[in-house]
Amino acid sequence: MGKTDVIVVGGGLVGMSIAYGLALAGRRVTVLDEGDDALRAARGNFGLLWVQGKGYRNSPYASWTRQSVALWPRLNELLHADTGIDLHLRQPGGFQLCMDDAELAEETRRLNWLRDAFDGDYPFELLDPAQLKKRLPGVGPGVVGACYSPMDGHVNPLKLLRALYVACRARGVVIVNGLSVNAIDQCVNGFEVLTAEHRFNAEYLVLASGLGNRPLGAMLGMDVPVRPNRGQILVTERLQPFLHYPTTYVRQTDEGTLQLGDSLEATGFDDRTSSPVMAEIAARAVKCFPRLENVRMVRAWGALRVLSADGYPIYEAAHDSPGAFVVTCHSGVTLAAAHVLRLAPWIAGELDEPAIAPFNLARFKDLREVRYAH
Amino acid sequence: MPTDALFRRLQQTGQQVRIEFEGRSLNVPADVSLAAALLLHGVGHTRESAVNGRPGAPYCMMGVCFECLMEVDGQANAQACLIEVADGMSVRRQRGARDLLIDPQLDEEVVDE
Repeated sequence: MGKTDVIVVGGGLVGMSIAYGLALAGRRVTVLDEGDDALRAARGNFGLLWVQGKGYRNSPYASWTRQSVALWPRLNELLHADTGIDLHLRQPGGFQLCMDDAELAEETRRLNWLRDAFDGDYPFELLDPAQLKKRLPGVGPGVVGACYSPMDGHVNPLKLLRALYVACRARGVVIVNGLSVNAIDQCVNGFEVLTAEHRFNAEYLVLASGLGNRPLGAMLGMDVPVRPNRGQILVTERLQPFLHYPTTYVRQTDEGTLQLGDSLEATGFDDRTSSPVMAEIAARAVKCFPRLENVRMVRAWGALRVLSADGYPIYEAAHDSPGAFVVTCHSGVTLAAAHVLRLAPWIAGELDEPAIAPFNLARFKDLREVRYAH
Repeated sequence: MPTDALFRRLQQTGQQVRIEFEGRSLNVPADVSLAAALLLHGVGHTRESAVNGRPGAPYCMMGVCFECLMEVDGQANAQACLIEVADGMSVRRQRGARDLLIDPQLDEEVVDE
């Protein structure tokens, strides 16, 4: 293996975004990835670029999310120029469909808080059923209202992952699959990463392994508080385009299938599907769009979200291991543009980005103190 | 290069039924799948991909590849390899994706495309 400047551990959306951003900044990068038996959050994604409601009572996260979505067209251009792959990026705005008045009231409260936090610069509309029916033909009478924001969008997440692989390879990134990291040693010139049969050396190290960041962080003496949260997704037969906007429960892909989802379960590391949850997802989708009642399902899967203790991203420049970084987030699609165009240059030392500071690991110490105090 | 169809029945037994394929009447064995019946008749392609229009024909014959999607008695996206033929069955190629026929608006003007 040739000399490398940065080792990125993790070949999902987060790791590949950072690898791509570092390659754009001229760094020589090696990505170490596990095999296909890994948990693979990046391959279970729903594909939303979602802004509305995110960062309630945490405006730095809301700002970071909005910055990423604003940068997404640039990322789309870069990847298309490097790979020719059409990611099917669409940013027409999105709908949060509400199934009861309490849900609508809660969404409204959150969006109003965010609009105040942005001094009024936070576009959204609240729609009653009659208004909604005009905007989303086919919506069912069980939907009591909706929030629309022009900030939201969607993309094909599998094509995004593939484009990042192709683009990284085209820019000289070395990607090694099928490896598990057994140990990380700090040495004079950076880090030595040990797998069963190989050792890799680099001055800089980025841990971007999703749920694997907890054991990997521990190898460098860091506590990285991430936990799994399962989501299940159903996929239907291909349908003529009828849903021209993403919603949080139902999304029509560029190739015609519908994805139905948005379940939340704490099931440990069990990433399988379960009949009761699939039935709930299907029932809710039919309530949203009654015409789906006799549509065929062709696939389903479960995948594990990577949630930090407070739900927000972790961007850590390790204090005790200079040159090591920890990157973890739930929204690998939405934040991909910020990861490529802001976070990677920050890791490369070429960009002073104050927006990243609020996401360091130190905040969890405060969180624990707060918890004990109440 | 034209070749003889390699797909043929080992034994000719039993009844025949009549089905309609793209308006053409076909005599087929009564106890086979729709996909097998159409392959026996060498009908060529049985669908046109919803993604890129590419023609497709029955392939895996066991319900996993979705190449044999057809419109069967008005039901779109039916898997021909999992359906037994029946007398009077009317089938068409699946051309593109199924249309849910959602009426954009019954009585009010449409604001968005």
